[in-house]
Amino acid sequence: MAKAVSISVPRMTALGRAEFILLGRNKMGLYVALLLPVMMVWGVRRAIGEVDLGEAGMSVNEVALTGAFGYILLFAVYQHLVSAYVARREELVLKRLRTGETSDAEILTGTALPAVAVALAQCVLLVVAGVLWLDLRSVARPDLMAIGLLLGVAMSIALAAVTASWAKTVQGSQLVTSPLMLISVAGSGLMVPLEAMPDTMADICSLLPLTPVIQLVRGGWLGGMSAHEAGGAILTGIAWTIVAAYGAKRWFRWEPRR
Amino acid sequence: MDIGDSVIDVSGLRRRYGPAGDEGFEAVRDISFTVARGELFALLGTNGAGKTSTVELLEGLAEPTAGEVRVLGHDPYAERSAVRPRIGVMLQEGGFPADLTVAETVRMWAGCTTGARPVAEALELVDMLRRKDVRIKQLSGGERRRLDLALALLGRPEVLFLDEPTTGLDPEARHNTWELVRRLRAEGTTVLLTTHYLEEAEALADQLAIMREGRIVSSGTPEEVIGSYPARIRFAMPVGWFVGDLPPLAELGVVRHEEERGRIELQTRELQRTLTGLLLWAREKNVELEGLDARTASLEEAFLAIAGAGPAGEPAGAGPGAGLGVDSVAGRNA
Repeated sequence: MAKAVSISVPRMTALGRAEFILLGRNKMGLYVALLLPVMMVWGVRRAIGEVDLGEAGMSVNEVALTGAFGYILLFAVYQHLVSAYVARREELVLKRLRTGETSDAEILTGTALPAVAVALAQCVLLVVAGVLWLDLRSVARPDLMAIGLLLGVAMSIALAAVTASWAKTVQGSQLVTSPLMLISVAGSGLMVPLEAMPDTMADICSLLPLTPVIQLVRGGWLGGMSAHEAGGAILTGIAWTIVAAYGAKRWFRWEPRR
Repeated sequence: MDIGDSVIDVSGLRRRYGPAGDEGFEAVRDISFTVARGELFALLGTNGAGKTSTVELLEGLAEPTAGEVRVLGHDPYAERSAVRPRIGVMLQEGGFPADLTVAETVRMWAGCTTGARPVAEALELVDMLRRKDVRIKQLSGGERRRLDLALALLGRPEVLFLDEPTTGLDPEARHNTWELVRRLRAEGTTVLLTTHYLEEAEALADQLAIMREGRIVSSGTPEEVIGSYPARIRFAMPVGWFVGDLPPLAELGVVRHEEERGRIELQTRELQRTLTGLLLWAREKNVELEGLDARTASLEEAFLAIAGAGPAGEPAGAGPGAGLGVDSVAGRNA
């Protein structure tokens, strides 16, 4: 008999609300979700002041602010969620939840809701701050930006679920998230836009998971992205999201290993 | 099979961990039973007997290696969404976020449950209402168990699965839980519970099954299970008298006898006949049987006879209701 796949919004909201209360009571979680992205953007902005961006045709502010979306996804969604999934698993909360009516996908998504809300709020703030105070143009292609963010959020949740299976403790989750964080910061255009990289390197970096997300957000805000480029980025982003979601379904652990 | 009568149907159930052969471990080995609507069914067994592994299959948390499970007429694993709204589950070791309060936890669970009771009503059931604003991490083990039970009852389930519901409770809380379970059963709830408190099984169960090494080795009503074990008569022979002086034991219905330093134990399935014969002989010979003691088997004796003594170092048979040193860590109770 076919397994019914149903997504219940009230159930996810109930989980999301509890998770939101928990986020408010977790100082480390708040720090990672709220302060770290801001601090990273600040640091990056200072650092790339030294880099010659002439070739990329972008200003320092443009690179820093569009790259900031990547930091938000990495810290507020990806890293925060790995900690949250590991914590709930080790507390046996996930095991307990699985005995109820909530489906696996609802549990993972519901738990992610506060992180997603925080991240999206930060993104909106970023656009407002960029346009009002830092003299960036208004968003050229909101549709591309929205698609980029949507893919980024979905991919970050799925990657967090995969990554959570490698950590046994919340402390350990800091360690297991670092490879993707480092690779993304260095290679996905968060600091140095791909346009400013040597061609071969740019080709390789364009295949990294977060690269299409940053490209779509950047192209969406600053304009100048061809339909061909946008299509390629969307496809790469979808491919990574599907791979990550499959990995999560395959490897996510619902109870502690004993 | 008449689905209207049996709420839980298990046939030929097996559960294997790891690969085939010596590498893996078969925790559940071909068990079958049925639980009728409104019945309370207790699963007893020592550590590692396979109780929790079995219950997890019934709850739909895992897929059986072989065999079939039907809960309310559905496969609880493949048809999870059909079964879950109608059952309540209390795991042996459930978890809640440490930083949520009791009321917040119940509210979260209620949001995930069809037709949930109001939060206050659920907490009142388990006498936890006055603890509603306390964080989970500040609760005692017994309070966590009661909260867990409240969540299992939140959706007014037709079938309730309780994996060691009273472990860690003080005697008063345990009796309150028993009362609650009795009341739920009286209201028509079907209950399947595992326990290592024999007293609990004897007090609550309509039917019980004793598991050992993944198999059901004895089942029936508590009376039937107990009845299949011999009664015991103990006494001491006076100085100068020996077992050989008694009438032929087989004629008295004795199935087994032991003698240790003058103390004799006779086992019989016909207590009255054996005892009558013994006492008539004693009167005839004018013999005083010192410390005469005759008793039918208790569930504890039946259990010990079936399941064997507890793990090394455990005082097997330490008083009625004593835990038999079983089931320590959740998840390992394969």
